[in-house]
Amino acid sequence: MKTFFARLLTLFLLSGALNAYAVSEREFNTPGINVVKARMQARHGQLQAYYNSGAVGLNLDGTIELRDEASVPLVFRRKLAALVDAENQDRETLYGEISNAYAHPEWRVEVREVFAKRWLKHAHRGWWIMSDHGWIQK
Amino acid sequence: MKRIAIALLVLGLSACVSHNVYFPAAAVEKGADRIIADVWSLKDKAKEKK
Repeated sequence: MKTFFARLLTLFLLSGALNAYAVSEREFNTPGINVVKARMQARHGQLQAYYNSGAVGLNLDGTIELRDEASVPLVFRRKLAALVDAENQDRETLYGEISNAYAHPEWRVEVREVFAKRWLKHAHRGWWIMSDHGWIQK
Repeated sequence: MKRIAIALLVLGLSACVSHNVYFPAAAVEKGADRIIADVWSLKDKAKEKK
């Protein structure tokens, strides 16, 4: 009987783990998410230089911000502002797509919070990130 | 023992139901890491060359 008990427990744990894995795999691979992701990937090619230069920084709320416009040549400023806007819109769309994939649109807030932390954590060395005390260079 | 097994069964089933009631922070974090890695191309470039 003890082995039966142990087997049952193992089965539960295993199915729980598999279930969680399958859900996260499915929830992050919807067509909607992949479309936004592809756009963001393409845009990153243009934004990367501005992260490196510090013209654009990462906010605490999962958005990016034009923090040093003066460092950008005049002719590129409008384009960069548009890039930042488009990126923030796509990020918001991404958070929405993920919460929709879970069939919990109201989770957008939590998803945004998780992403905000992870963007900051994965920010490259030298990039500017917002902290409780203002902008700091990672 | 049978009662414990039934209790476990009920617990397991209720866990399945409640699975999507609480925000799955760990799963979302994992997914976020994957998306961020893809967007910022933190993966090794060898994969892209294939």
